Amino acid sequence: MNVKTEINGTSVTAFLSGEIDHHNAPQIREAIDECVAFRQPDRLILDFGDVTFMDSSGIGLVMGRYRLIEGKNCSFYIVNLSEHAYRVMQLAGLEKIAVLKKKARESVK
Amino acid sequence: MKYLNEVKIQLESRSVNEGYARLAVSSFAAQLDPTVEEINDIKTSVSEAVTNCIVHAYKNKVGKIYITVRIFENSVVEIKIRDKGCGIENIKQAMQPLYTSLGGDRAGLGFTVMENFSDKIKVRSRVNVGTTVTIIKKIKGRNAL
Repeated sequence: MNVKTEINGTSVTAFLSGEIDHHNAPQIREAIDECVAFRQPDRLILDFGDVTFMDSSGIGLVMGRYRLIEGKNCSFYIVNLSEHAYRVMQLAGLEKIAVLKKKARESVK
Repeated sequence: MKYLNEVKIQLESRSVNEGYARLAVSSFAAQLDPTVEEINDIKTSVSEAVTNCIVHAYKNKVGKIYITVRIFENSVVEIKIRDKGCGIENIKQAMQPLYTSLGGDRAGLGFTVMENFSDKIKVRSRVNVGTTVTIIKKIKGRNAL
């Protein structure tokens, strides 16, 4: 499983890890959607801290989750984005539907 | 132009192979000493092209995907990703940002990502014959200014 969900009061956080592509996205989507349907949160946070790769399937994942909470008074945060994931999301203009936050600068490997 | 090095990979259009495809291509390109960012650019472009073969070209069936990676002088990498699938009727439309012929969570940004993360992409396609996507990327590398 590439996702762990955490419920904190009225807020849902999903911690994603590993590679997000067309192969892996469905199980991540299912886990998030199940938790959101159950909780009806007023804040949804997707934490990309342990994501090692992302292609446009990650964009689809974010857009799809937005459609799920749209109009339901739920704020949407995408946090701990790598430089790469941030670039991919910006390309899609996702800053218009969610608050995008980059990871604190990593030490040079 | 004569290439300096070449590798050919053939794989089945199963989604579990997406990870292998991008890793194989980026490992081969690693001999040019790319930056982490350039490696990610290659991985992402390959992932988009291979996903297109799986979800579009061979929709509802399994076919072969043929990848040829060539290295040219001046650290230019050429990645050809070919299928013998359904082909694209309208390439211009298919390449438009946000256009997708499928619903669900497909963003319709595959070609947009490929174009942005490489130097050039070429698409050749014939309906019921197949599609070839060529991705060209110059590796500036870690020693670039």
